[in-house]
Amino acid sequence: MRRPLLLAGILIGTLVPNRALAQAPGTILIQNATILTITHGNIEHGSILIRDGKIAAVGTDLKAPDGATVIDAGGQFVMPGIIDCHSHIAVDGSVNEGAPAVSSMARIPDVLNPDDVDIYRDLAGGVTVANILHGSANPIGGQTVVIKLRWGKSASELPFEGSMPGIKFALGENPKRSNFAPPPGVPQRYPATRMGVEEVIRQAFTEAREYKKQWGDYTQRKAAGEQNLMPPRRNEALEPLVEVMEGKRYVHSHCYRADEILMLLRVAKEFGFKVRTFQHVLEGYKVADEIAASGAGGSTFSDWWAYKMEAFDAIPYNAALMTDRGVVVSINSDDAEEATHLNQEAAKSMKFGGLSATDALKLVTLNPAIQLGIDNRVGSIDVGKDADLVIYNHDPLSVYAVPQKTLIDGQVYFDRARDIAHRADVEKEKQALIDKEKKAAEAEKKSEEKSPDKSEAKPEKKPAKKKPTTSGVAGDAR
Amino acid sequence: MKRVRVLVTLLAVCATVAAFIARTVRGEGGEPRYFAITNARIVPVSGAVIESGTVVVAKGLIQAVGTSATAPAEAWVIDGKGLTVYPGLIDAGTDIGMPKEETAEESAPAAGRGRGRRRPAPSGPLAMGSEDRPGTTPWRVAADELKTDDKRIETWRNAGFTTALTVPEGGIFSGQASLIDLASERPGQMVVNPLAAVVLSFKSGGFFGFPSSLMGTIAYMRQVVDDTTWYEQASAVYEANPNKYERPAYDRTERVVGGAIRRKEIVLVPANNSIQILRAIRLAGEWNIPAVLYGGQEGYAVADVLAGKKVPVLVNLKWPERPKDPDPEAEQTLRELQFRDRAPGTPAALAKAGAKFGFYSGALAGPKEISKAVKKALDAGLAPDAALRAFTLDAASILGVSDRMGSIEPGKIANLVVTDGDIFSEKTKVKHVFVDGRWFEVHEAPPGEKAADKKPATDDKSSSFEEGAGVNR
Repeated sequence: MRRPLLLAGILIGTLVPNRALAQAPGTILIQNATILTITHGNIEHGSILIRDGKIAAVGTDLKAPDGATVIDAGGQFVMPGIIDCHSHIAVDGSVNEGAPAVSSMARIPDVLNPDDVDIYRDLAGGVTVANILHGSANPIGGQTVVIKLRWGKSASELPFEGSMPGIKFALGENPKRSNFAPPPGVPQRYPATRMGVEEVIRQAFTEAREYKKQWGDYTQRKAAGEQNLMPPRRNEALEPLVEVMEGKRYVHSHCYRADEILMLLRVAKEFGFKVRTFQHVLEGYKVADEIAASGAGGSTFSDWWAYKMEAFDAIPYNAALMTDRGVVVSINSDDAEEATHLNQEAAKSMKFGGLSATDALKLVTLNPAIQLGIDNRVGSIDVGKDADLVIYNHDPLSVYAVPQKTLIDGQVYFDRARDIAHRADVEKEKQALIDKEKKAAEAEKKSEEKSPDKSEAKPEKKPAKKKPTTSGVAGDAR
Repeated sequence: MKRVRVLVTLLAVCATVAAFIARTVRGEGGEPRYFAITNARIVPVSGAVIESGTVVVAKGLIQAVGTSATAPAEAWVIDGKGLTVYPGLIDAGTDIGMPKEETAEESAPAAGRGRGRRRPAPSGPLAMGSEDRPGTTPWRVAADELKTDDKRIETWRNAGFTTALTVPEGGIFSGQASLIDLASERPGQMVVNPLAAVVLSFKSGGFFGFPSSLMGTIAYMRQVVDDTTWYEQASAVYEANPNKYERPAYDRTERVVGGAIRRKEIVLVPANNSIQILRAIRLAGEWNIPAVLYGGQEGYAVADVLAGKKVPVLVNLKWPERPKDPDPEAEQTLRELQFRDRAPGTPAALAKAGAKFGFYSGALAGPKEISKAVKKALDAGLAPDAALRAFTLDAASILGVSDRMGSIEPGKIANLVVTDGDIFSEKTKVKHVFVDGRWFEVHEAPPGEKAADKKPATDDKSSSFEEGAGVNR
């Protein structure tokens, strides 16, 4: 089922790298659909009216206003766009700034790559929003950003407007580098134990607290009119940590084991900040009460474990058990391919843990929206929210469900039928370019053979140049 | 119209270097300093073409230009009948004259697995953060390392290039590029502006040293900007209150970069595809630096933005090519194919949008390749006038020297190229070149003589000043 989708991604992805597929926002009516609102039940034969990128009305008796585009979704299912709370797509270069134990100076927003075809592939899997995280090489990692998968737009148009910036933390085997050794001659980086991971975080926040105080003093004295003050130095690594302590930046912490989860909660309490989400959190079911009490969310996998020691004690009931104990839970991909079927990943928690259909869908819609602080904008089909929607041919909790259209801000960014129709054009254009290149190479070879080296000065040796060159005005030739 | 073949002929002819004699003409009592090219067609670039006029050169500068200019008595007169005089061409990015061995002291090289072939293996400890100043040698000045025995000085000059921006390589802040004129026995006499540009590169090393990612490299640059700003402020406060504060620690990077920022020295920022270009524009704005982008080959996609933001571009003439020996299994994406097809259309698109640009040869082996690349740009719609401007006055303006070179006007440096036809015609040959008012005659090799030096001088030291190259997505 997945294969044609991937292919689609490759094809269209290459067709229009820099142009938005989506049309200008207008008025759209999606009608005759089964609407999975998430917040207020399912609506059979329902319609959604979209105006200026927002959901203007939801119901059964909506009429298309004049000039509206009508999408007939008879027999199809509409649900809110999928939100992937842990993604590494759309990044230029490595997602890990791996050398320092604290790499909070590194910013994912600096290196967003809007041409990454994984954006389109995930869009074809119904994903509309992704939390783009730095890797897990450091106890304190880089700055993160929430994006909308606006394929075809520039890097600056990807970030989810007004969303909270984040920072990646990581605990356990990855930051202590249990599973790989540095090459000969390169020393092992500190930390090498879980104790060391904790110490690195505490040390960094101790410095950040001092840094904040320095700047506070300086600003205050300067405002009081004091002259000749020595300014503190800006520190790109500590500033985001100050923002964390001021509640202006979310902490998304990679973790596995129950003990390290509790450790981070203690450290957070000591320094007066909140952990917004625990990522992976495969042993979250063991400490669900503590996580719930802290207000943190849990963003986990459906059934993916045992790929390293700290991932052995995982169970597929994790999402359901944490949900039962009051944790806001999401299921994420951490992987561009996995993200193309998060609906199925959510469905697994019905089998393992007995979640209701709506609660299962919440794992990839409303709950990650809450975790990312964007639930006032997305995550359910409610009037006033962004028209980020995905239309499936079957119930999205079925393995037969394939996204037909994906909309963001009321614009169609993925259309399966249009994609399929375009494939031949893409092949044709590719072939034409390959032929053109080949021909040019042959012509050049020929002209070189005819005029070896110095003979270029002799014009009579160059009758090969049949093609008239229209210098100066050929700008529109291509 | 085959004028498209531009430099081609000239260059190609000249490329067969050794055979062409190009020595300064010496009279008794030293080198002549006064010249007059009479009855020539003059293309001043800064103004209208003069169909038949005289250019007078005196003591390294252009003294007079026009129909009424007359040859002074002391001048050597060159009959310019049938010849055309252009301003000398500027190659806005090469490593001509740079020593072949890496001489730079590299403080804490970034992880060492850099792409540059000549980068030494990491000898000291790996950089673990900004404080270790990875790949940072902004104090290196190309002019200070200049070697006059680079054969390309002559090769390029014989093709009509009188000036080059020569760029030190290696690391993130590799050093400062210098603008040089392509003729002299002594390096110091070649230098037009030693501190022409600060050179940035978004290099990162392996996983084990800082920075190991593009975002880490950008973060590092940002910290250097912060540190430099701080150093300037802190030094001033300290100087005014030496008895009140501890002295700020001396940091060579902060001092040198601070000086460059105060001088408003331009900063070369690599950016080849449209994403890199938009990113570079954003960072330059955030850091408030006078950026000039180099690479620019997907500029056709963002020409309007470049024009609107008034960010100049030095376009890499080494157009993207199909890999020489590609993996037969590897599928070529439409994106790559489109990029290769459209890249030579970038200069035309930039000209149309009104963005300022120059050209650089970068990793191209010699004038023959340069002329081929220019022909591609012309075939893709670039007007010859615009191409000439990009090689002369616009390049000079981008590099901040349009008050002294780039056009044929009285008072400007006498950098001239004299041809027997349209400079962009394939039949045309370069007959004379003036660099700093010194006369070089260009002779064609005697027929049948084998070009002794077909091998481009760059062969053994392929330039890594092509970071901008490749679509790199």
